[in-house]
Amino acid sequence: MSVLLTRETRVVVQGITGHQGTVHARQMREFGTNVVAGVTPGKGGTTVENVPVFDSVREAVDGVRANASCIFVPAPYAKDALLEAVDAGVRLAVVVTEHIPFHDMLVMYHYARSQGARIIGPNCPGIASPGVAKVGIIPNVVFRPGRVGVISRSGTLTYEIVNGIKEHGLGQSTCIGLGGDPVVGTSFVDALPLFQEDPDTDLVVLVGEIGGTAEEDAADYIARKFTKPVVAYIAGRSAPPGKRMGHAGAIISRGKGTAETKIAALQAAGARVARFPYEIPDLVAEIVQHGARR
Amino acid sequence: MVKLAEWQGKEVFRKYGVPLPKGAVARSADEAEALVRAGTVPLPCVVKAQVLAGGRGKGGAVRFASTPAEARAAAAAILGLEFKGERVKVLLLEEKLALSKELYLSITLDRSARLPVIIASARGGVEIESVDDREIDRQHVDPFPGLTAFEKRRANKAFGLTGGAAKSLDLLLEGLWKLFQAEDAELVEINPLAIVGDGLVALDAKVIIEDDAAFRHPEYAEIRDDRTPLEEIAREKDIAFVQLDGNIGVIANGAGLTMATLDVLKEFGGHPGVFLDLGGTDDPRKVTEAFLLMAQAKPKAVFLNIFGGVTRCDTVARGLVEAIHQVPAADRFPLVARIRGNNETEGIEILRAAGVTSTPELKQSAQAVVAAAAGRPA
Repeated sequence: MSVLLTRETRVVVQGITGHQGTVHARQMREFGTNVVAGVTPGKGGTTVENVPVFDSVREAVDGVRANASCIFVPAPYAKDALLEAVDAGVRLAVVVTEHIPFHDMLVMYHYARSQGARIIGPNCPGIASPGVAKVGIIPNVVFRPGRVGVISRSGTLTYEIVNGIKEHGLGQSTCIGLGGDPVVGTSFVDALPLFQEDPDTDLVVLVGEIGGTAEEDAADYIARKFTKPVVAYIAGRSAPPGKRMGHAGAIISRGKGTAETKIAALQAAGARVARFPYEIPDLVAEIVQHGARR
Repeated sequence: MVKLAEWQGKEVFRKYGVPLPKGAVARSADEAEALVRAGTVPLPCVVKAQVLAGGRGKGGAVRFASTPAEARAAAAAILGLEFKGERVKVLLLEEKLALSKELYLSITLDRSARLPVIIASARGGVEIESVDDREIDRQHVDPFPGLTAFEKRRANKAFGLTGGAAKSLDLLLEGLWKLFQAEDAELVEINPLAIVGDGLVALDAKVIIEDDAAFRHPEYAEIRDDRTPLEEIAREKDIAFVQLDGNIGVIANGAGLTMATLDVLKEFGGHPGVFLDLGGTDDPRKVTEAFLLMAQAKPKAVFLNIFGGVTRCDTVARGLVEAIHQVPAADRFPLVARIRGNNETEGIEILRAAGVTSTPELKQSAQAVVAAAAGRPA
């Protein structure tokens, strides 16, 4: 059915009074998410989309038992927002904000980890489990309940792939957008075990891109411990070295992080690697119908 | 990425107490000679081109001088050189030191470990990529509690340093660690770090500052990095824009989708020339700006690949049509569109009214744009 989210997930939207925060608070509700609170310092006592706004996360936790946060706070203040949420007892935080300095993210990540909290993102579209809840900004319309897990470093490309899976008459258990930054709170190797344990996920689609070694780390994990079929795609085969391709983390530096090494590692681990994004739903459908060749 | 030239990196080093050779910056041969005559730069000295590209030594961009006249000649020979596409405008003159050994030291981010890492090797003065892994020591530093004494001892051991040189490394590491955090550096690298007498001196400096931290570092705003003029304009407008060496412009939304689109074009024999990621937007004006920017890059053909999720297809179509009207007829180029998702029907209709057809299949539209760029009918 889902990983990370349940029907008991009670979301506080940090930065709810901003344009993005307001729009997505509404869309999360329309998806069926329990959006119980918003936080904007100084705006406590007001409401947005009928959601009560508090001055602090602590008040939202004490007042309406918020247990997950979705952060839209601008980059210079995002670190503080996350630390505040974790300090107030929130144990799952989706950080949508883009352009957070990685030095800030290092502090956010290690503080969250020390408190047993999980961060998704930053610079990410968030998590969605159709029929359960959504925390983040993934468009509602692409989803359909089903048994395919999706883990991705990108946003729009993921929407298109998830939509393609739906158009094949299949659906998703949970989709996690990890984010496009060099340091993310949850990486492929952190997310894969959740899907391994999830009885409602039959196979996983992994969408990676150039930069770093998260896909190689994932391949290593898949080879050793992951027993479900994996369909993968890596964006950036044509990207030149040394250029940041839109995402802060999408850069081939000093010869490391090329698409070729990632594709080779995933193939060696037994994943089916699609050459084109539009092949992914076909591969998924083929595995669903005929089983995996691993 | 704000990449600092050596002399700029060394100015930052100075703030954090990293020991440096005596030296000064010159922008002309006259100035170089005067610095030496005045004793500001002791003789013998080294004259180094201040460019970002590596391999300066082999490229004739580093020269030695033992008299003021030689310093002048070296400066004259280097200034104006074109070095990997970058013209030499600034020189750094420094005293030439009698060193006994060259080391390598850097601090950077280990993305997988999500920790800063100190990289130390007793084999400095060469590219670190060419050094055997067994001769490189890598140790992570946790931001909590920060750099510790035992980590400094480990670095000293990796270098084989004791006594005065070890003390010197302790102080240097403290400074470098502070710099790495306080200046929001992605990389601080000293190669070579020279042992001179019983102390250490940083002979080179490589410092890269993170773009995303620009809001708290106005001091780096003026430093030009390796962006093209159009990339610079795009950055100010918050559009992800990368110029490549091909002739097809790609406008898509989301970094992953844009990269994937380039890959598909390449598979079908196309040569992407511009990566333009619109990002999520609900403002048609941003789309218009992006398209006009694309037009300035003079592509042979443009591929618009949009999946409307957060962004609405009609918003993109409206912005695009407005831009088409603003581009003079002589400067227009074939445009292939593929827009899907949120408000798709409205978007396709708006484009159709302006004479642009949207095809739903990525493969077909990619082939069409490749053909258009090559001047062939689709």
